[in-house]
Amino acid sequence: MASQSNGSSSRRAAVLGGNRIPFARSGGAYAQAGNQDMLTATLDGLVSRFSLQDEELGEVVAGAVLKHARDFNLTRESVLGSRLASTTPTFDIQQACDTGIEATILVANKVKLGQIESGIAGGVDTTSDAPIEVNDDLRRVLMDANAAKSTADRVKLLGRLRPSQVVPEFPRNQEPRTGLSMGGHTAVMARDWEITREDQDELAAASHRNLAAAYERGFFDDLVTPYLGLTRDQNLRADSSVEKLAKLKPAFGGDNGETATMTAGNSTPLTDGAAVVLLSSEEWAAEHGLPVRAYLTHSETAAVDYIHGTDHLLMAPAYAVPRMLERAGLGLGDFDFYEIHEAFAAQVLATLKAWEDPDWCREHLGLDGALGSIDRSKLNVTGSSLAVGHPFAATGGRIVATLAKLLDERGSGRGLISVCAAGGQGVVAILEK
Amino acid sequence: MADRFLEIANARVGGAVVKRAGLPTPPRLKRYEPGQPLVEAPVLLGAAPGGRMRPPVEDLLRGLDVDVRSRAMSGAEKPFAAIVFDASGIASTDELRELYDFFHPVARTLASNGRVLVLGTPPEDCADDVPRATAQRAIEGFTRSLGKEVKPGATVQLVYVREGAEAHAESTLRFFLSSKSAYVSGQVVRVGAPARGDAEGPDDSEHPLAGRVALVTGASRGIGAAIAATLARDGAHVIALDVPAQGAALSETANGVGGEALQLDVTAADAPAAIVDHVRERHGGVDVVVHNAGITRDKTVAGMDESQWDAVLAVNLTAPVRVSEALLAESALRPRGRIVGVSSIGGIAGNRGQTNYGASKAGVIGLVQSMAPRIAELPGTINAVAPAFIETGMTAAMPLLTREAGRRMNQTYQAGAPVDVAETIAWLAAPGTGGVNGEVVRVCGQSIIGA
Repeated sequence: MASQSNGSSSRRAAVLGGNRIPFARSGGAYAQAGNQDMLTATLDGLVSRFSLQDEELGEVVAGAVLKHARDFNLTRESVLGSRLASTTPTFDIQQACDTGIEATILVANKVKLGQIESGIAGGVDTTSDAPIEVNDDLRRVLMDANAAKSTADRVKLLGRLRPSQVVPEFPRNQEPRTGLSMGGHTAVMARDWEITREDQDELAAASHRNLAAAYERGFFDDLVTPYLGLTRDQNLRADSSVEKLAKLKPAFGGDNGETATMTAGNSTPLTDGAAVVLLSSEEWAAEHGLPVRAYLTHSETAAVDYIHGTDHLLMAPAYAVPRMLERAGLGLGDFDFYEIHEAFAAQVLATLKAWEDPDWCREHLGLDGALGSIDRSKLNVTGSSLAVGHPFAATGGRIVATLAKLLDERGSGRGLISVCAAGGQGVVAILEK
Repeated sequence: MADRFLEIANARVGGAVVKRAGLPTPPRLKRYEPGQPLVEAPVLLGAAPGGRMRPPVEDLLRGLDVDVRSRAMSGAEKPFAAIVFDASGIASTDELRELYDFFHPVARTLASNGRVLVLGTPPEDCADDVPRATAQRAIEGFTRSLGKEVKPGATVQLVYVREGAEAHAESTLRFFLSSKSAYVSGQVVRVGAPARGDAEGPDDSEHPLAGRVALVTGASRGIGAAIAATLARDGAHVIALDVPAQGAALSETANGVGGEALQLDVTAADAPAAIVDHVRERHGGVDVVVHNAGITRDKTVAGMDESQWDAVLAVNLTAPVRVSEALLAESALRPRGRIVGVSSIGGIAGNRGQTNYGASKAGVIGLVQSMAPRIAELPGTINAVAPAFIETGMTAAMPLLTREAGRRMNQTYQAGAPVDVAETIAWLAAPGTGGVNGEVVRVCGQSIIGA
């Protein structure tokens, strides 16, 4: 039933499966592991799951959002340290929280074009081993010192050193053009869209409930490989409930005073982890005796002007989805599963509300009326980022592998993926079986 | 857990002290390495009149360029690597004297790490011939006792070869003559004619499992990881299975042997179906299944929680039964399939505090014996190994004195290695071992306990 993809190619890009390590809370189980350690372990888990030892794949595409300068060739170095053939080419990408889903689309497109037969896409992130940089003033002095021709010039530069230059630069979860944190942006969005605290907590509780149930029934047995003693996601609270979440104090949107709704419970925590997906042509899958779980059939990226325009920072998927549906000839209700990345409960709820709002859809999407609503029982049925956690670049791979398995279990169907990202961007995609 | 005593006893100074103290010296057992010849010294071959096995044994050995002798060498020559005696023709209690007459002058000429093989006719196949059946049964007591007389490190086995199965004992003879059977001694094994379609021998004796798919449960570490490595060495593509929580080690095992990891709880309701689906989708079926996954929850029956009883029975016994039944019912086990269960000396002799474990491991023997006729129709075989004390993480956790007693109470004065169990399983899993079905082989260094 899968329709043919963007463009005229007759080849389909198959998702064969995936692997991730359990996601750990920042400073938790993976506090001593770097991006390369985690990505290598995750690749090796995939290799063992699909018996890819010494296999030369078409390409491995991955990335990290928080990356040390020394990790410029992160994916290549990880592949060299893995059990894959070292002749497997790689490249790094970075598109904030869309890194993983974009990597998947890139590999899928190369498969569709016949440029490669197989590939791995994914991402990794750590907030426990984030790069801390020398501050800009000091860096300037050091660069000049490096360029200086004589010892006398270098000594002169010493005069430019100031005590304030000792303070290093920490990476910040902050939009460079607004100075507002992502949570801060979303708090404004929650206020403007009148997303209630209760609705946000209910979405968060459902995420934990669904994730716990999925682990209990063995759903993740072939999607997750334990790492450094962690066998399940560290953020999972199987006993989470709306009542417990209601007791948390607001964490963002302090300006809203009493009306602040966003807490640590209904926002994703800082997380460490990695996820990868195995994609291939149908021929390659058959040759390797690997069943196809789903096909990646459509994708779309959108960006919004959250600086000067009227859109909220994390609203881009609200634009990307209708554009993709138009091209695919599908309606919002034509899906069996919806995987909407839960950056914040409010982001998911505001997006759904926007699609249900005839005025917004007319003004912003140029539609005749509302795009529609979704059956909430089909949303994030095995949990999403609020419960799993969200190592930025790893989320896309997690979602693709999860949705492909859901479609495979069902036997046929269609699933929608939506992932919002920093910088006002959003990537969406469709998997079908 | 390293065996310090073995190291000390084999060192110069330590060895002298051990000897003075009257303690037995645990020998360094010679183990198999790829490329190793079957035997590295002459083999003495004898036979009682009327036997059936001398010609096939002689053909096998001469085919391997082994120096086969029919009588003892002079004192100056090297000791024998193996002594093989065909006792299949012994037809009366008087003729048992053939055993004495043959072994009396040569027993001391066996090399350390040497092999003694006595070949007989199964007593139950002697029909109404009481003297013959009695004499053949008597051989068992001879070999088990001889096993306790030969030099530590040497082994003694009795192989009963059924009438008409003479040409199908090669894989078994090779195993018992080689250093792959380093920790197997005092055993009695029956070889019959393989079921129709299960007869052709291995094409490649270095890689008898080439082209075959083998599923090993409990493969993340210990004995399971050794089984995965040994089957892969013999050419199999290994599906290494373990519970999801063991996934990190399991992944290493699978990547180490070029196989694949399957994270799955064998006690889950849908586990048999999931295994059938996996082997079908990935490989069209499976050729070898090793039910190695096992746990202990030791308590006397009076002090045991029901959860401790249930967990041990579920993993060690119910899962192998359900998975085996499903593989046969769904025809996911291919013709010439091999199922190998892992029983235990604890299932044969019993252990205090192990009513649950003992029941589960004795049950594995029941599974093997009851399923053997059915699997023969496939054709295929089902057998079990019954390890005694093997050095693993499980035994390293035992109290010191219990561990020391477990290590020393056998003819080798040392514990076995995981590879000893693995080699025995690899023999039973080989295509050439189609004549061995429904057997239980202990890997115990001829333990004092367990008969």
